Amino acid sequence: MLARIIASGILLIIAWLLPVKGIWELLVFIVPYAVIGWDVLWKAIRNISHGQVFDENFLMAIATVGAFGTGEYPEAAAVMLFYQIGELFQSCAVGKSRKSIASLMDIRPDYANIEKDGQLVQVDPEEIKIGDIIVVKAGEKIPLDGIVIEGKSTVDTAALTGESLPRTVGVNSDVISGCINQSGMLRIRVTKVFGESTVAKILDLVENSASKKAKAENFITKFAKYYTPIVVIAAVLLAVIPPLVLGGGWTNWIHRALIFLVISCPCALVISVPLSFFGGIGGASKKGILVKGGNYLEVLANTEIVVFDKTGTLTKGVFNVTAIHPDKYSQSRLIELAAYAESYSDHPIAKSIIEAYGCDIDNERITSSEELSGHGVKAVIDGLEVCAGNDKLMESIGVEWHPCHHTGTTVHVAVNGKYAGHIVISDEIKETSVAAIKALKDRGIAKTVMLTGDSKAVGEDTAKKLGLDMVYTELLPAGKVEKVEELIGTKSEKGKLAFVGDGINDAPVLSRADIGIAMGAMGSDAAIEAADIVLMDDNPEKIADAIDISKKTIKIVYQNIVFALAVKLAILVLGAVGIAGMWAAVFADVGVSVIAILNAMRAMKTK
Amino acid sequence: MKKVFKLVDLDCANCAAKMENAIKEMDEVEDVSVSFMTQKMTITAADDVDFDKLMKKVVKLCRKIEPDCEIVLK
Repeated sequence: MLARIIASGILLIIAWLLPVKGIWELLVFIVPYAVIGWDVLWKAIRNISHGQVFDENFLMAIATVGAFGTGEYPEAAAVMLFYQIGELFQSCAVGKSRKSIASLMDIRPDYANIEKDGQLVQVDPEEIKIGDIIVVKAGEKIPLDGIVIEGKSTVDTAALTGESLPRTVGVNSDVISGCINQSGMLRIRVTKVFGESTVAKILDLVENSASKKAKAENFITKFAKYYTPIVVIAAVLLAVIPPLVLGGGWTNWIHRALIFLVISCPCALVISVPLSFFGGIGGASKKGILVKGGNYLEVLANTEIVVFDKTGTLTKGVFNVTAIHPDKYSQSRLIELAAYAESYSDHPIAKSIIEAYGCDIDNERITSSEELSGHGVKAVIDGLEVCAGNDKLMESIGVEWHPCHHTGTTVHVAVNGKYAGHIVISDEIKETSVAAIKALKDRGIAKTVMLTGDSKAVGEDTAKKLGLDMVYTELLPAGKVEKVEELIGTKSEKGKLAFVGDGINDAPVLSRADIGIAMGAMGSDAAIEAADIVLMDDNPEKIADAIDISKKTIKIVYQNIVFALAVKLAILVLGAVGIAGMWAAVFADVGVSVIAILNAMRAMKTK
Repeated sequence: MKKVFKLVDLDCANCAAKMENAIKEMDEVEDVSVSFMTQKMTITAADDVDFDKLMKKVVKLCRKIEPDCEIVLK
């Protein structure tokens, strides 16, 4: 194509300089025209035979042939030349942006090292099965999800999460495909085949996100359907009516009508709008924010209320012993008795007490053990009857208990019917949560709300520490959905409600909210399934980033739409009154396209 | 059932839009999305629909709109 453009350009200049007239002039300009335009004419004819009349090729063909017909030989050839130059520019711009979005997503691993007969062999990651042992050397990309069985190293998770802080891994650490192994060699037992690996899922998600079209995209598609026929009809009217009404000057008006035809292609909009959304999604994934569709980006930009789940979202979701308050016993004795009593229970509270105890449990010392659901545990240890549980348990055995001034879940312990003290277990707030809430408020989010099933004291304490606007506690899952519906009723018409949860048990709320944001927990399947947006590193600060990206993308989309329509309208008007010529029309059409495409690529840039 | 097909030589965004609109009109098709950006076509149809037959019709339709574009039927 480039060769043809240059050839045609040269021929055109020669033709222009040749002092010929009449039929010779026509022929001399037809040469460059044919060189550059034969395929446009051919496609126009072919498409008509398929029933597709009104396309770019047909319009350009009519416009330029018409120009030849009205004696504007240099213009006809030049317009065709500019058109093809423009088309080339457009393909390049689209190709380049596709490539740079693809490179953002270049997390695909190309090979895996597997040991065969003592030698390290490079194979396609798709051939690796679950249970195979792969070797990842320093500097290589980890090709599949797995567990480290040998080696110690640091991994760079930036490709997936946007986090530049490396993670230390050792034996029994989970590692995710797509991360780069930095310092030491690792031997990894594969837990998921390539198709199921995190990296494959993420790539899949981003590619499919292009199919979930935003409202703006659908609008443009519909608009384009009507735009072309309307402009063509306007052109016909422009060619026919003024000469009839004003008498004479057919050539002039037909010429202007031809200019209309040149502008009638809506390509600038049809290309740039989806490209902007695509760019926005790509830019977001570079920061570890997976957006499942352009439409979600649109909705997110109008977020007014953000509702958080507490456990696992704003807090770490781990239960740690934060206080041991014995009555008459030593701290270590109290925790020992509690740990032994809880040793047969699977409850997370039991697990955290056992962890705090830290020593091995000698089962010989436990004569009997009973779990009383909703209350606690009862066991006989070293001949002593130990009851550990909540206040309801204490009441039922008639032991006087006193509450703790620390907020948290309190486990009271009674030995042989007498109160022995209590242990407080609480969840840790994520270090990033406070900053996350502040960032949202700085961006003008009207309401930040937390919903939790936790007790009033714990919930309100956490809410105060985080600076949240509202908190609702002691909610059952159904209660959470109710509250979200209530809150949806309070927002303004255009405002949207986003719910942030860890996905596992928040599915109904995630779907009820306008936008469901899940903590990806480095790839928890349930979360990725249920939500519209997934934060790959569980960092709530990323919500503010996501909102920034969505606002920027929407701004670019509107800029392009307004710019393209304004310029086209201007040229139509100028063309109708005879000020703008065909050259201007082609330049405007093509120039607008290229500018819109370049602007759309800005959506990819994130700070 | 949702199926994704790769498109080769889809040069015109307008044509992508036209293809999408045309395929949407087909009875068996519940939803379709043609992405000019990723060069992919996603078609959703009821589970009892014969996709091979459906795709033959889709290919014919698309050939009328954008003859240069090819749908990769794996």
